Amino acid sequence: MGKRARFFLLALISAAVAVATLAATPAVAVEPDEILPDPALEARARHISEGLRCLVCQNQSIDDSNAPLARDLRLLVRERLKAGDSDSQVVRFIEDRYGEFVLLRPPFEGRTLLLWLTPVLVLLAGLAAAFYAFRGRVSPTGAVPALTGAEENKLRALLADAKSNEPPKAS
Amino acid sequence: MIIELGHFALVLALLVAILQMVVPAWGAHVRDRRLMAMAEPAALCQFGLLLVAFLALMNAYVTSDFSVANVVANSHSTKPLLYRISGVWGNHEGSMLLWVLILSLFGAAVAAFGRNLPDTLKANVLAVQASIAVAFCLFILLTSNPFLRIDPPPADGNGLNPILQDPALAFHPPMLYTGYVGFSIAYSFAIAALIEGRLDAAWARWVRPWTLAAWMCLTLGIAMGSWWSYYELGWGGFWFWDPVENASFMPWLAGTALLHSALVMEKRDALKVWTILLAILTFSLSLMGTFLVRSGVLTSVHAFAVDPRRGVFILAIMTLFTGGGLALFALRARDLRQGGLFAPISREGSLVLNNILLTTACATVLVGTLYPLVLQALGIKISVGPPYFNLTFVPLMVPLLLALPFGPLLAWKRSDVLGAAQRLMFAALLAAVVLALDFAVFHRGPVLAPFGLALGAFVMAGAVSDLVYRARLGNVPLAETWRRLKSQPRSAFGTTLAHFGVGLLVVGVVATSAYREERILVMKPGDEVSIAGYKLAFRGVAPATGPNYRAEVGLFDVTRGGAPVTKLEPSKRIYDAPPQPTTEAGIHVSWRGDLYVVLGDAQKGGGYAVRLYFNPLVRFIWLGALIMFIGGGVSLSDRRLRVGAPGRARRFAAAPAE
Repeated sequence: MGKRARFFLLALISAAVAVATLAATPAVAVEPDEILPDPALEARARHISEGLRCLVCQNQSIDDSNAPLARDLRLLVRERLKAGDSDSQVVRFIEDRYGEFVLLRPPFEGRTLLLWLTPVLVLLAGLAAAFYAFRGRVSPTGAVPALTGAEENKLRALLADAKSNEPPKAS
Repeated sequence: MIIELGHFALVLALLVAILQMVVPAWGAHVRDRRLMAMAEPAALCQFGLLLVAFLALMNAYVTSDFSVANVVANSHSTKPLLYRISGVWGNHEGSMLLWVLILSLFGAAVAAFGRNLPDTLKANVLAVQASIAVAFCLFILLTSNPFLRIDPPPADGNGLNPILQDPALAFHPPMLYTGYVGFSIAYSFAIAALIEGRLDAAWARWVRPWTLAAWMCLTLGIAMGSWWSYYELGWGGFWFWDPVENASFMPWLAGTALLHSALVMEKRDALKVWTILLAILTFSLSLMGTFLVRSGVLTSVHAFAVDPRRGVFILAIMTLFTGGGLALFALRARDLRQGGLFAPISREGSLVLNNILLTTACATVLVGTLYPLVLQALGIKISVGPPYFNLTFVPLMVPLLLALPFGPLLAWKRSDVLGAAQRLMFAALLAAVVLALDFAVFHRGPVLAPFGLALGAFVMAGAVSDLVYRARLGNVPLAETWRRLKSQPRSAFGTTLAHFGVGLLVVGVVATSAYREERILVMKPGDEVSIAGYKLAFRGVAPATGPNYRAEVGLFDVTRGGAPVTKLEPSKRIYDAPPQPTTEAGIHVSWRGDLYVVLGDAQKGGGYAVRLYFNPLVRFIWLGALIMFIGGGVSLSDRRLRVGAPGRARRFAAAPAE
């Protein structure tokens, strides 16, 4: 009960955070002994790590996580880089072993079609709706549809009314 | 005894809410003033009862009454008073009670301040508001009752998670809830308008202050959460695109859109149908946020099995209010008369663009948050993380930010971009200078970063340009400029401030994301390391004790160019109850950025793992959010919008739009 109830606020604030508290030590992410001597290679390792999910964590990349599995994966990434793999080869190597779940950026494919296309579709739908609304209501010259007879009369009455008690013009 | 009183008050509040839901709505239907008049005292009474219930629970926390199960689970006698109080909403049951309390507070505020609302509208609004309270009171009483006793009472409680024992977090949930729940007013007004089938500019004038107040609180609440995670979690991140963060971000995006579309409706009587829909959607997203966080669907990886009844209950509430609202909308929206006409290039047009982009951004966050859950239900596991949002959400923000300074400079009805562009010459020039300087100074970081900084500068300068233009600075004598500036409505200053805050936030986000410096190394006492012009000398680690924790404190002397700057003392704490570790970063704040030091574990070969970060301009993020909050407040204080003055607003509404 205690554990559960505590979790609620945790979840409320940030589930990403939760992991930090659940793990044994609060130390985070990349440890000094993991860092590769070659800065270029290390930068690539960091970049790759940011895109790989720590599988036992809630929603953290292996670069952020201090779970033992994340450390293993970080070391694996660096090993593959040292062996001369390209970035995409490293990612594929990990994906082959841990499945698509490990990728924080899901690939563009059949089942993620809606995921990737929703932003575009909603944007187009919004623009189309706006375009349709403008076209339907305002002619290209910007003129509004002609007034009906009743509206004309009302307008004339209003204008006459306005003229009779027009306030002095403010400059 | 007091706890039973609270329990009883909660049950009474439910009964009052049921009456408030049924009687005034029936009265509005049959046009009986006496029945409608019941809404007002009922709303006040409901708030009073919930306040009693809430204070009863708070009393149990403050006095550490361990015969109450909820207190046992979440508090501890050695906890400082502040965290015993914040512990009330530091758990599921208590936070739900706070949720309904705030809900009823908004209802009571409508009852108290809305004296000039038309009778039927007020009765319907308060009835809808009460129906939400009924649903959530039932939810608390049936699935999450904080007033249950435990027998026999234990000697002490389990304590509050130590990383939550923090001042910013003590106030983060109330702020967030006020934001979430505040949108319920917009929802109630929308439903009431649909029930009545009547909707005019005055409606927007009544709704806008409430929406603005809710939006302000949500802005500050989200910013507080982000600030907290920045200094407490020990890796200096400020936003993680986590589902729970997204749950609060979606209502914010929709609420921001609502704020702007309500403006069009108020001033020009246009975009009515859309505004109503947006009001329903914004509160639905707030409910969905509650559902996502409370139901346990987000926690599937860890086995924190949440009571499934709660999830189902909240899902039912969400379906009822979202589905019911949308169904009513589908039935009645056609009856709503379309209002003022405008050309695509106009203030209204720019606000339409604002709404399209914000809605798309909101849909993007929604699909990114829910997609993995939906696929998981089908047995497919995928992850949607920050790289997805960076690729989809960020590009949507670029046109929004580019267009933002133009909006306030365009005239209503019909305008031209060229005129606005001329007034933005200075802002564009400044942005160009920022761009050039950035390219000249920084040779590292992503190539797009200078453009991001320039964009932020453009938004900031553009926001100010609006005021400068309104005051005709440079075209008229200074005294005249001053007079013009003074005669501007407060809402103009509010807009400028809020937009300026957005620009500041953009600069902070881009700068700290792109130009962050980092060192991760093993340090032994006596070692020195330099980062971003600072030199840090590690003097060693000393033990320390706090009120309810023990700590290891790392001692660092920080110098810059030989001159001492500060001493930083990052620490690792172990709390007594529950026995959990936390890291406390050592942070040196300056305008340039934050120096951020984290003490890691002792190493086998001696020394400690140490992480050093320099986060340039990172304060701009929260400062920007704070300025947005203040901008909202300034706007709210405008007499045209003042909550207590709808009578005045009503008369103005009849005048032609400016």
